[in-house]
Parts: sequence; C-alpha cells; structure tokens
Amino acid sequence: MTESEMTETRIDVRKTYKLYIGGDFPRSESGRTFIVNDSSGKFLANMSQASRKDARDAVQKARGAFGGWSGRTAYNRAQILYRVAEVMEGRRDQFEAELRQAEGLTAAKAKTYVSAAIDRWVWYAGWSDKIAQVTGGANPVAGPYFNHSAPEPSGVIAIVAPKGPLLGLVSVLAPVIATGNTCVVVASEAHPVPAITLAEVMATSDLPGGVVNLLTGSAAEIAPWLASHMDVNGIDLTGITDPDRARDLEASAADNLKRVRRPRPEDLLATPDLTRMTTFLETKTVWHPMGI
Amino acid sequence: MNSGLSSLADATSSDAALRRFLHGLPGVDQVGAEQRAAGLGTRSIKTSAKEYAIDLAIRMVDLTTLEGMDTPGKVRALSAKAMRPDPADQTCPHTAAVCVYPDMVGFARETLGSSGVNIAAVATAFPSGRAALDIKLADVQDAVEAGADEIDMVIDRGAFLSGRYLEVFEEIVAVRAACGDAHLKVIFETGELQTYDNVRRVSWLAMMAGAHFIKTSTGKVQPAATLPVTLVMLEAVRDYRDVTGQMVGVKPAGGIRTSKDAIKYLVMVNEVAGPDWLSPDWFRFGASTLLNDLLMQRTKMKTGRYSGPDYFTLD
Amino acid sequence: MAKKVVSTGSTTAKTGSTTVQAGFDYAPAPESRAIVDIKSSYGLFINGEFVDSTGGNSFKTISPSTEEVLAEIAEANDADVDAAVRAARRAYTRVWSKMSGAERGKYLYRIARIIQERAREFAVLESIDNGKPIKESRDVDVPTVAAHFFYYAGWADKLEFSGFGPDPKPLGVAGQIIPWNFPLLMLAWKIAPALACGNTVVLKPAETTPLTALLFAEVCQQADLPPGVVNIVTGAGPTGQAIVSHPDVDKVAFTGSTDVGRAIAKAIAGTEKKVTLELGGKAANIVFEDSPVDQAVEGIVNGIFFNQGHVCCAGSRLLVQESVADEVLERLKRRMATLRVGDPLDKNTDIGAINSAEQLAKIRELSEIGELEGAERWSPPCELPAHGFWFPPTIFTGVTAAHRIAREEIFGPVLSVITFRTPAEAVEKANNTPFGLSAGIWTEKGSRILWMASRLRAGVVWANTFNRFDPTSPFGGYKESGYGREGGRHGLEAYLR
Repeated sequence: MTESEMTETRIDVRKTYKLYIGGDFPRSESGRTFIVNDSSGKFLANMSQASRKDARDAVQKARGAFGGWSGRTAYNRAQILYRVAEVMEGRRDQFEAELRQAEGLTAAKAKTYVSAAIDRWVWYAGWSDKIAQVTGGANPVAGPYFNHSAPEPSGVIAIVAPKGPLLGLVSVLAPVIATGNTCVVVASEAHPVPAITLAEVMATSDLPGGVVNLLTGSAAEIAPWLASHMDVNGIDLTGITDPDRARDLEASAADNLKRVRRPRPEDLLATPDLTRMTTFLETKTVWHPMGI
Repeated sequence: MNSGLSSLADATSSDAALRRFLHGLPGVDQVGAEQRAAGLGTRSIKTSAKEYAIDLAIRMVDLTTLEGMDTPGKVRALSAKAMRPDPADQTCPHTAAVCVYPDMVGFARETLGSSGVNIAAVATAFPSGRAALDIKLADVQDAVEAGADEIDMVIDRGAFLSGRYLEVFEEIVAVRAACGDAHLKVIFETGELQTYDNVRRVSWLAMMAGAHFIKTSTGKVQPAATLPVTLVMLEAVRDYRDVTGQMVGVKPAGGIRTSKDAIKYLVMVNEVAGPDWLSPDWFRFGASTLLNDLLMQRTKMKTGRYSGPDYFTLD
Repeated sequence: MAKKVVSTGSTTAKTGSTTVQAGFDYAPAPESRAIVDIKSSYGLFINGEFVDSTGGNSFKTISPSTEEVLAEIAEANDADVDAAVRAARRAYTRVWSKMSGAERGKYLYRIARIIQERAREFAVLESIDNGKPIKESRDVDVPTVAAHFFYYAGWADKLEFSGFGPDPKPLGVAGQIIPWNFPLLMLAWKIAPALACGNTVVLKPAETTPLTALLFAEVCQQADLPPGVVNIVTGAGPTGQAIVSHPDVDKVAFTGSTDVGRAIAKAIAGTEKKVTLELGGKAANIVFEDSPVDQAVEGIVNGIFFNQGHVCCAGSRLLVQESVADEVLERLKRRMATLRVGDPLDKNTDIGAINSAEQLAKIRELSEIGELEGAERWSPPCELPAHGFWFPPTIFTGVTAAHRIAREEIFGPVLSVITFRTPAEAVEKANNTPFGLSAGIWTEKGSRILWMASRLRAGVVWANTFNRFDPTSPFGGYKESGYGREGGRHGLEAYLR
C-alpha cells in the first residue's frame, strides 16, 4: 500500500470510554452505556453509564487512597499535580480537538480553555505546600503552651462537576486533591469525553489510584447516592443547576454533616479564591505545654 | 511489697543500675504539676478547718535561725518562743523543733530541756555541702553529741547534676549511719536542681538511702520551697509507701511566710500524700517568720478581731 | 502493690504528737449569693429593652443543685423571634454595618471590661443556674468570656488583614443557639466574633440556663450598645426553630447535640444561610506507658469530670496502654476519691450538679446500659445531696469498642476505660467514631506526640494537657462533630463573606 492509499482506506481505532475507579478503567458494573454526540449531533461515543454501585466502589477506593494521599508530603502532592499539567500540555491538541467536538468551540476558544485548565493545575499544584501557611499558624494563647493550627483534608469528597467539560472539571477537582483529599467526581453528563481523557492523563501522571475516581453518567442518578453516603465527608454541588435538586442533596448530605459547597455562579477563567480548598479542609489545633 | 523492696535494693547495686532506676521513674510535666499545685491552692479553708490547720501548722514548724550572726542569746530566745509561741495563750501548741547550726545545739538544749520541742541541726557543710565526706560526718557527729534530735543534711548537688547518683546515695547512707538515733532530713536544694524530674529522682534516691524526711531547700537559694516542688515530693513519698510500705516525711523550707501559704501546703499534704502525713512526724515547715503570722491568724480566730505584729515576740 | 501504713511510733514520735487528730475536714466555704439579684420574672431582650412575650407563655428556670425555682422566663414564640430579627436587621442596616470597625471594637472592649467588673456576679449566677462549681465559673468560664470579648474587640478594625479577602463584609443578622453547659461562655463565643465582624445577633440561650444571658443583656445596656445589635430570646426547641427558619436570618450558629445540628443543616439546605455547627464528641484521651503519670491522671480527671462531664470535648474514652493500665487505674481511683461533689457555690466543690432531671436520666440510663453490657462500674464513696440532680464521678472498666458507653456521648461524669497495645492501635480506636472533636495524648516522647497528633481525626488535640481553651485558639470538630471554627482568626470566617 502506498502512503496515500493508506490514508484513504485506514479505519480509525476508536476508543472505548470507561469509568476511572481506583486507578483502573472499568466498565460500569451495570453494563449500561449512554450515547454522546458531538456539537452537531453526530454520534461520538458510547459512554459507560455509572450506577450507584459504581459510585459505592468509587467511594471505597477513594477512602482506601485517602490515608496514603493525605499522608504524602505536600511537596510530593505538588509535584504530582504539576506533573498532570505537564502531561496535559503534551496532549493539548487532543484536548482542544475534543473541546471543539464537544462544545463546538472555535479553535481560539478551545485553546484558551485548554491553556487555562493546564494553568489551573499549576496554580493549585503550588498551593499544595502553601495553604497550611496561609490558613494555619501559631496561636498566642494566654498560658505556657505551644499552640498551633494547621489545615487537614476533610477526607473523601464527592464532586458534581460543572458543564465546562475541561476547565470546569479541573477547577473543582484540583483544589480538592491539592490539599490531600480524595474524591469521586461525576463528570459533566453532556460532555464526558474530555473528562475521560483527563483521567488518562491523571493515570499516567504518578497520581495514585483512587485519589480521583471519575464517573460518567447521570448526576441525577448518582449524586443522591453520594450525598447520602455516610463515608463521604464533603460534597461539591457546583454542577447541580436545579435549585430543588441542590436543596435535596444538601439536606441529604446533612445526615453525616458533610461539608457542602453550594452551587453558585462563577467565572471559570478568573483567578479562584481559596474557598474551593478551605471548604474541604478541617482546622486541627494542637496544644502542648512548654516546660523544663 | 517485698519484691518492691528487693527491686529497690537492686537499683542501688551500681551506679548504672541506679541511673536506670531513677531515669525510669515517670516524668513530671512542669506545666501540669504547677497547675495541679495552683488548683489545690484555691481550696478555701474556713472556720473550724482553719483553726485545725493553723494549730497543726504551728506544731509542724521547725523554727529556724541559720545566720552567721547567730548567738547563744538569739538561740535561747528562739527556743523559748518554740516552747511557748504565744505566751498569752496556754492553749497554743509548741512548734515541732528549732533548727540551728551544730554549734548552737547545746544552747538550744539548755533552754528546751525535755520540753518536747526537738532540736534540728543543719550539718554536712550547710548550705553548700562543699566539704570532704569525713568533715561532713564529723559535723554530723558534733551535732548529735551536742544533743540534736534531727540532722538536716544537704546533698552534693554537683555530684547529682553530673549524674554521680551512687556517690550522692552513699553519702546519704554514711550520714544516716552517723546520725545514730537522730532523724535524718535530706535537703535537696531544689532551686539548684531546677527540674521537677530531678526533684522526683532525688526524692527516690534519698528515700532509698534511708532519709526519714526529704526537704526542699536550705533557705539560702532562691527559689526555695514552692508548692509544685512540694507536690512532686509528696507524690514521691506516697509512691514510695506504695512500693515499700514505709513512710517518709516531707519538709518544705524557705519562703513560706503566711498562714495562707501554710494552709495551701496542708491541703496539698491532705489531698496528695493523704491524711496520714498530717502530723509533725511526717510534715514540717522550715520557717521563721511564718510562726508569727500563724499566731496572728490564730488570735484573730479566737478574738474575732485583727491583731498586729506588736503583740507577738520578734524571736 | 500492697499498701501498708507504717506506725508513726517508730521514730519522730519525740515531738509528742500523740493526740488523735480530728482530721482535716474542710468546713463549708460558700460563696455569697448576696451579690446576685435574681428577679422573679424575665422578659425577652429585644431592641435594647426587656419586653413581654406576645404569646404570654413562660417557663421556669430552676437551680439544679436544689430544684428551687429561680425565675419565670418568657417563652419567645414565632412573632417574638420575628420582632427580634427585625430589630436586629434594623440595627444592622441603620447602625452597626455603617459604624467603623474601630467604633464597633470599642463597644466590645467596653463589654469585656464590664464583664470583668461584674465577674463575681456572673460567676455566682452561672453556678446557681447551671449547677457548675463556683471555682470553675469563677476561674474558667467568666475570665474566658471577658478574654473572648477583648480578643475579638481587637479584630473589629483589622478584618481586611484577617486573610478572608481584601474587603470582607458582614453577613447581616446572625441567629445563634447555645447550649446549657457553658451558658455565658458559649454566648461569648457566638456574640463576640459576630459583632466584631459587623453582624447583629438574635441569640437563644438554653431553656435551663437563661439567667446569665439575661444578665448579659444588662451589660449591653450598661455599655450603651445600640438597640437591636444584640437581642436575646428565651425559649426551648420551637424558639430555636423559629430562628433557624426565619427568612431574614443570614447566618445560623449552633452549639449543641449532633441530632439537632443535623436537623439545622437540613432545615437550611437550599437557602443562602451560612451555618456553623459545634456538636457532640466522644474524645479519646490516650495514655502511653511513658506518660508523666501524675499529670496524666490529672488530665484524665480534668478531661471527664470538668463541668460534670457536660463538655462536648470531654475525654470520655480513656485509652490506656495495657502495660500500665492497672497502675493508671489505681492512681485514677485514688485521685477520684478526693473529688468533692456537692454545693456548686462551695468554693471547694470539684463536681457540681447535673444540669437537669432530663440529663440526669440520660446519664443514668446509659450507665445502666453499661452495666448490662458487662462493663464494670466504679465510683468513689461519696455522699450526694438529698435534693437536686447529682451523679457521682464514675468509671467503667472492661469496656469494649462495641459497648454503647464507648460510642455514645453520655455528657456526664462517666468515663469508659479501654486498653490498647501499640500507637497504631490507639489511633485506630481513637478514630473509630463518627465524632471528631478532640483528643488527648499523654507521652513524654515528642516525636510520638506529633505522629499521633497528625493521625488523630479531631479538631483539637491536647498533648500532655486537656480541656484548655483560649480566645486565640480555634475550636471545632471533624466529621459529625460539626463544621466551622470558633476562636482565633479562624473564628472570623463564620461571620464574613
């Protein structure tokens, strides 16, 4: 075959899109898939449709990864987050193409969003070993005590990712894991493909399995199971657009006093504030007497 | 109990063993110990309890003069005061002892006779303890021969702080032997030992060496007696009895000047070592000015009005 | 080890102390009640003055140590709460949010000073209404209250430096609901940061302990605090619900049980209300074999018997290393035998009255369950007064993790003793609870303290100490012990946006 014959006749090797749980890429245990089309309505892929049992498995993996991830040095976590940015940079053409396919963005816009997403990883990577200095410190108590407060991750965080299929996802995900939490993310239902590509990036960026678990499918179906799960410590409802549903999820999250981030409008391209980190941080204060 | 005693005997079999034992004692957290002492200091002792405490405190006083300018006259006056602290009140008890230098013991005996007030003599090159052992022992023998009932020795703080525990131990054993029938109080000079860990260790060391009493200070070094130091020593005698069945007395000395202070110590004795120690046999105050304050408080309780220093003798 | 009292006759008997001693029995040392003036009835404090409840209902507050009725207290209904919220909103809009931080701070300094001036009065009243020993209300509660106001007073004009953005703003009207265990202290923890940040408040004290909050209202008057900045509405659960659900309340701050906290979190779901919750706990107090044992025993006692164990961060689970368990327990029991239970106003009382008949019933019930489940119960001999609500200091040994007394918050002077063998096992057992408020560590080994502290899932870790509180030190829990922090710079976050 000549080179031109090959180009004309070769059939693409398509990707099977699966979930990302515990560092692996399993299909949904339910065997279900859902169809995702591109912005022009043309078939793009059959995505795995996660079930409540997939969510349960994902929480279990996230819990299992929590001790190790939160126990790593902040410097190590920072390097891993930075590594994600490095690997993304190498695959930015793919991300840009996927954004254009998914949302019909112009080339320039896609480029802007991919750049912003990569830069967001870099931003949060840097926070990993600084947040404790900004939110913690010495407390000058009126007595002979060493007294010190420092932030610690809340634990396993459930995240309903917003629409922006890449920058939105990175914006909710990176702050949560930068500080040592692990998470279960429900990717944007409308545009899940870039999310799975991001999962592939994370899987090859030294991020330990289970730190991020990514589910594709219906937030309406999965989120209530995460909101009511008694081994989930916090929930980010950013991707929930229906106020009634947000209220119900928040109420359900109260069963074990989950830390809740309510959905609120935000400009994804702007520099974030610290609240995406601090919402899922606990302050631990340690006292010790000072004596001889 | 026997096993407790024999393990203590093992502990003093060598310098290394003694070090292991003393450093194996539980640590003392300074802040916690001071808080406990301060907490006990907030006890409010009123009416009948206060009457009891003041009389007990008077009976526990080792009325002390330890000055270079001491004279037979001064010691006689002090002794008279110890026998009859309040000449105007026959019900006022006498003090436990007078505490003087060895060369003053004879003059004290002249006055005290068999009044029941003991004579305590500070010996062993008091207050520094810096002399050869044979000189220290001679000092002790002098005092005992002159009629001292009790010997208040000082330990070699230099040896203790440099970790020569067995040396300190053996010196106490030797002094105890030289005491004969006299009782031995071992002064630690806790102000120089500085840490409560050291106070706990030296307390055990002295008790194992045969001290009848353990005593905080010479009164010549600041800080002298404090509530937390005494707390740690009371814990030590309490724990020592748990192990051996034997009681050892405690004497804070120096810096206790008011009835209020004295009562705080008695509360501590009561709640830390226990009521068994609430006796001049097991607890003493090394003090001079304390006695007059106790007398003033005693008079106030009896008369219902405040007294003044002019109504009590200055000796 | 066997104990033996040696005859005192052996040696120093020369001192002639042969008389039998009467013993050192502390005579009663009651603090005078004369300093407080308890009125026969109290209204609601709304818009700077005391008003009657529109519903006309009232309830009684009693002294838990005598069951004597102290006063008749107005019960705020929905309309009263609405009036209080409206007063708070008016004060917020017209006065407080417009005032400079420096001026707000001066009001708070005034309050701190007035509380210092009237400290004894507050302490006596707190002990009468709550049942806690005067030595605690006098030496802990009230001084810490004054310190809390003094601390937050200084933040009022420095908020832009507090790390919550360049131009932090108050939230508006804060609805605050506080418990009965530290009535005035919890009031201070709520009101001081709220006011410093520029919010106005509607506060509900617990129904069994309203008196010091109502006396605090007088302090606000003496300080000339603008009307409506602080409103105090008395009542029980329904009054609290009215505050939580009031649409014009911007912030809910609650300290109390996890169940009520959960209900509040559900009630405000889907609203814009910000919430902080300081809830229950079942703290592990972990004693290693190399602990400073006498201080550890004090820490255990302070951990569970301070304030009758009515402390959310109480060290109610003693985790003691097996190698020293017997020794520690022996020392603990000896120490417990010196605890003095009785009249809260006696200056020598260590353990006062249980706050209410209901709470006493709960403590009794859980203690009985402890026995039924096979744990061994011990209390020192102690005579309890005939009237009032009392429970002796109690420990349970032979407790396993499965026992209810090892898992549920008893909120009384009851300690469950559990043993462990290794540091890892201690951490595992300590963290094996839905709560996460506090923990204690007792060891002389520094690196182990830090290792343990980093692994304990609790908001406050006391190492070689316990139950220490300070206005500068953030306090609050992990997991079901709630969220948000009170105290320190961190405590500002709850009242800023």
